[in-house]
Amino acid sequence: MAEFSLPKNSKITGKSREHKAAADAARVKKFKVYRYDPDTGENPRYDKFEIDLDQCGPMVLDALIKMKSEQDPSLTFRRSCREGICGSCAMNIDGRNGLACTTAIEDIKGEVRITPLPHMDVIKDLVPDFTHFYAQYSSIKPWLQTVTPAPSGKERLQSPEDRAKLDGLYECILCACCSTSCPSYWWNSDKFLGPAILLQAYRWLADSRDEMTGERLDELEDPFRLYRCHTIMNCANVCPKGLNPAKAIAEVKKLELERTL
Amino acid sequence: MGNGTSIGRVRGLGSGKHGTHHWWHQRLTAGSNLLLLLWFLFSIAMLPSYDGASLTKWLSSGWAALPMALLIATLFYHARLGLQVVIEDYQQDETRVVLLVVLNLLTALGAGLAIFSILRIAFTGTPA
Repeated sequence: MAEFSLPKNSKITGKSREHKAAADAARVKKFKVYRYDPDTGENPRYDKFEIDLDQCGPMVLDALIKMKSEQDPSLTFRRSCREGICGSCAMNIDGRNGLACTTAIEDIKGEVRITPLPHMDVIKDLVPDFTHFYAQYSSIKPWLQTVTPAPSGKERLQSPEDRAKLDGLYECILCACCSTSCPSYWWNSDKFLGPAILLQAYRWLADSRDEMTGERLDELEDPFRLYRCHTIMNCANVCPKGLNPAKAIAEVKKLELERTL
Repeated sequence: MGNGTSIGRVRGLGSGKHGTHHWWHQRLTAGSNLLLLLWFLFSIAMLPSYDGASLTKWLSSGWAALPMALLIATLFYHARLGLQVVIEDYQQDETRVVLLVVLNLLTALGAGLAIFSILRIAFTGTPA
């Protein structure tokens, strides 16, 4: 049976801790942040933070860094580039997956609820376990594969038109916002590759220099690896880079069909 | 079986090497369902009356019986394909296999019964 209820130790029942803003703060924004520490053996909890927006940068990541620096140094989250390039700070903000560094605080009305990416094992607080996601990425062999030996002393050439076919695909930063917003991925992530990995798979199928198209399609042709996608489109809805994994998956299905008809 | 590592678990038993036909047939039968249901609604609307005798007379014509049998076939096939996806989505392990077998039995039974009834009316003029 599919699991529709949360396992016992993942229910949010822990006692909330509150971190108030300074008494003279003029523009206070409230945040509710998911906290989980496996070392304590306690259930997860929501902690409440008050941030003075006059003393904070504009993005949700700025607020998280301020909370960690000034209110609770044990708050744990991933971050690196703070400009939407590395994908580290992917999390669920106010019920929607996105990057904390490119989500503006002022775009969220009321209290800002921050939780880790949905349906991933949590290592601590806002840090999900990406081991399986990365293993899935590795399984599609995300590199150029050819039969032709590499040309001696120069690169493999590609026309501007062929290079343009990779636009909308190569920009993916593997933040997993799309995959973890996909119900099919929630229920069957053990086998279904999910939108992020399938978009990457299509990125190599669409590459004019790659010569392993048939082998790649063989590996993808599976009721679970590829065909769990039911075009729900949450992936395209949440992608912080504005990409459309659902369209890439549709293109893979078209290629699979083309070789059988 | 290589399931002691994350990569081994993802690679699993390898690709099932099918799924495309299922996906394509689902779309094909969606199209045929649409066309045949339009025919069905139009034909029913054009009937002079809806008593048993007029319906039996209508269905005993080859022009009604054949598309009706096709409609049943495509509807049940489409339902089987769609419900298979639902079962695969939400059920796992043995339950999945058992439900898939039950689904196949029920759809074959339902479609068989409906087509038999249509043919009986078409060939004998009497309902089953």
